[in-house]
Formats: sequence, structure tokens, C-alpha cells
Amino acid sequence: MKFTEEHEWLREEDGLIVVGITEHASEQLGDVVFIDLPEEGTEVTKDEEICVIESVKAASDILAPLDGEIVEVNSMLVDEPSKVNDDPLGDAWFFKMKPSDLSPMDDYMDEAEYKKFVG
Amino acid sequence: MADLRQTPLYDMHLELGAKMVPFAGYDMPVQYPLGVMKEHLHCRAAAGLFDVSHMGQVILRGAGAAAGLESLIPQDVIGLEVGRQRYGFFTNAAGGIEDDLMFANRGDHLFLVVNAGCKEADVARLRGALEPDVTVEYIEDRALLALQGPAAESALAKLAPEVADMRFMDVATVTLNGVECWVSRSGYTGEDGYEISVPEQAAVGLARALLSDEQVEPIGLGARDSLRLEAGLCLYGHDIDAATSPVEAALTWGIQKVRRAGGARAGNFEGADVILAQLADGVARKRVGLLPEGRAPMREGTEIFAGAEGGEAIGHVTSGAFGPTLQGPMAMGYVPTDLSQIGTQLFGEVRGKRLPVKVAKLPFTPANFKR
Repeated sequence: MKFTEEHEWLREEDGLIVVGITEHASEQLGDVVFIDLPEEGTEVTKDEEICVIESVKAASDILAPLDGEIVEVNSMLVDEPSKVNDDPLGDAWFFKMKPSDLSPMDDYMDEAEYKKFVG
Repeated sequence: MADLRQTPLYDMHLELGAKMVPFAGYDMPVQYPLGVMKEHLHCRAAAGLFDVSHMGQVILRGAGAAAGLESLIPQDVIGLEVGRQRYGFFTNAAGGIEDDLMFANRGDHLFLVVNAGCKEADVARLRGALEPDVTVEYIEDRALLALQGPAAESALAKLAPEVADMRFMDVATVTLNGVECWVSRSGYTGEDGYEISVPEQAAVGLARALLSDEQVEPIGLGARDSLRLEAGLCLYGHDIDAATSPVEAALTWGIQKVRRAGGARAGNFEGADVILAQLADGVARKRVGLLPEGRAPMREGTEIFAGAEGGEAIGHVTSGAFGPTLQGPMAMGYVPTDLSQIGTQLFGEVRGKRLPVKVAKLPFTPANFKR
């Protein structure tokens, strides 16, 4: 698994990249109450704001970690946004994307580096 | 940033694992490990303890205190019985609201609780208008706690059984944990509960005594805000301010008949000409409840439109959040009076999209006071 400085995790699965937010991010956000997911089939560019997460405190954006196409979104989160707090690394993945350029993956952190990053 | 002030409970907040944030010049707990959502729900289901020591406590003494206060607020102070409290607001010459407050008749004096962010200005305003005939005493050696929720009565009655006999908006002097406290049956959550002024050196002991009841959890400012918004209560500086009149703010229930046109002590407060004219003729805009139809919260500042497309903004959201008890987003804001009927379909613009929102009855969750 890889991690971005935006507190997203990326996991390779059957040639796709599954994206979610880290436990640290979910703790910082507080109780998540609303998630606006991208549409399946959308072409996205790295660092583009593609999701909105609203917690009891504020709204935050999720950036596309790579160039590519959104092939699947986790629509369960629309009805159960609190899953992001309960299981951020498992059930509460946000979307799966088909990357067109995997090279940024090398720049992202591994788990040990991410742990150090969040201190 | 200027140095933040600490309440007498500061060390206890840290010990309880609170996340602290700056608020009105104080370092205050925004949430404890339970988190905003669970703290909110716990307060509605059992009881919550809030540190509101940042708020201003003021005593007015002297024969002319009630009449003097009536020159600054459009409420009936003279007619307030001993042992009773009332909601009020300081007005300005333009009919706007300078602050809102609670005031109580405690026999030989009036006791006021004002907002933290306005307290210095309020004290200056009181001194300017009332001294030297009335003594204005700014209390800085007492903390203020709020105990709120359906289990508040049983929790506080363990320390002093007589508090169970108090009704909503009663005030009394009560010995709690061996110290003299000034207790009112009131709060800012829509729940039954008490607000307790306690000498600062006894504040931690009293807080710990209350928290030792398993029904009572500490609650931070985060849940305080969602609780008061569900209860339809205004937050000064957001839902009401110096440019908002009490008539626009739908707070006319707080202006007693005796201070209105035809009343025995009509007018004679700041901005009376404007406010009494508005009471007679109506206003162009009103504060209303707003219920977004989807799940997206409409935060403070969200612009409100009459239609799904085109047109200028007709109003804006002044408070907006997710309601944990409501299980959905909720907001308050100002809209033109002709669009303020309950059920009116409007649109809030969130991230460039017009989302449907309906004018809704306040409060969003029923009040649970002990009348």
C-alpha cells in the first residue's frame, strides 16, 4: 500500500488502484456526515479535486492521486458516510481507478514513511 | 496570535483528552475523545457537562438597576419576579442586536450572563449607561458550567435534591459540593438542564463530582453548536449581529408587551423607534429554518436562490451543520419575508450546484424543557 501527503491510501488490485483515506485523516476530520463521489467513467487528472468529504467540522477535498479513469465508486458511502470513521482502510474505500500513468506511485510513501510523515 | 486565556477547568479538559481550539480569546475544548457526534447524542439521551466559563457574568446592584437595564434592552426587567430568569438582547440605535444575554432577578441584584466575545463591550455599555447610580460588577472569579440533558436533574439532585423542584428559567442559590452556587434551570441545547455559576477554586471539584455520575459525559463546543442549532437557537455574531434587528431575527417573542407600543413602559431602549415600527409594519427579511433535501450540509455563507437556475441570491445561510439527532443537514438563514413561509422551496448553492432546500419550522428537534 502507498500513501500520499494528502492522507490518501492507494492499493493495487487487479490492475486497478483502489483509493481511500487513512485512519489519521479520518480521525482528524471527525465524524464524517456526507460524501460527494465522482461519477463512474470520469477521466481525471492527478491533483484534481474529485471528491468532497464533509465532517461535523468542515468540508475537505480528495484529490485524484493519478491520471486515469474512475471505474467504480463505493456508493455505500453515500448512505453510510460514518463508515469512513469505522473502517477507513477497509470497507470505506472511495473509488477504483484505471491509471494511465503509474509513475507517481514511486514517489508516494510506503507505510513506514507515512507513519513518520504524520508523526 | 495573542495569548489565549484559560478557564479554571483547563487542566481538567487536557486530562480528559480534549482537543482544544481558540474561541473568543480562550483556549476551549471543541471535543473530547467521544467525538462531536456521540457527544451530541449522549447529551440528548442522558446528560452532558459543558464548560462555559468564557462567558461573561455581571451583577447589577442598586435601586435603579432594573429600570437602567430596561434602557438598554427591550425586555421587561422591572416585572421579572425574584427567582426568575429571562432572555434578552442589547440593541443599538439602528435597531440591531449588540449581544444577547440571560438576566435573572436574584432578589437584591440582577445577574447577567453575556457572550464571551462581547463581554468587555457589554460591561462598558452597562457602566456608561448605569453608573454611578447602579453598581456594575464584572465577575471574574467564578466559572460557569452547563449540565444539560434528560439526566441532568437526577445528576444534579444527587448533590442538592432541591434543584429537582426548579422549573425552566427559575434561578436559585444552591450549595453544591459544599460551595454556594448560582443555579438556573436553563441552557443552550433545547434540553432540560442547569447553568451553574461556581467560585473558580471550586469549579474542578464540582465538575468532577458531576462527571462521576455515569450518565454525565463532558461535551465540547462542537456538539454545543449542533445542539443549539437543532434547538433553533441563535449564535451571536452569526445568526444575529449589530446589523440584524430582533424582528428580522424572529425574536419578537422575547419583547414583552409592556415594552411594545401601548405598553406601560413602551420604547425607551436603544433603537426603539426602528424596532417598534418594524413590529407594526413588518420587515423585508426574516430568519428561518432551512432543511436541505439532500445530504450535503449547507454551511454558513451558502447563498440562497429562489430558483434552480439564474437570478440573484435572495438570502444566505448564517449557521449550517449536520444534525446528529435530526440525522441530516440543517441550517438557519435569512430570506425575504414573502419567501419565508414554512415549506417554501428554495435552493442553496453548494460548490457551484443549486441544491433544493425547504423553509422549515424551528426548532428542528422538539424542546424538552421542564416547564
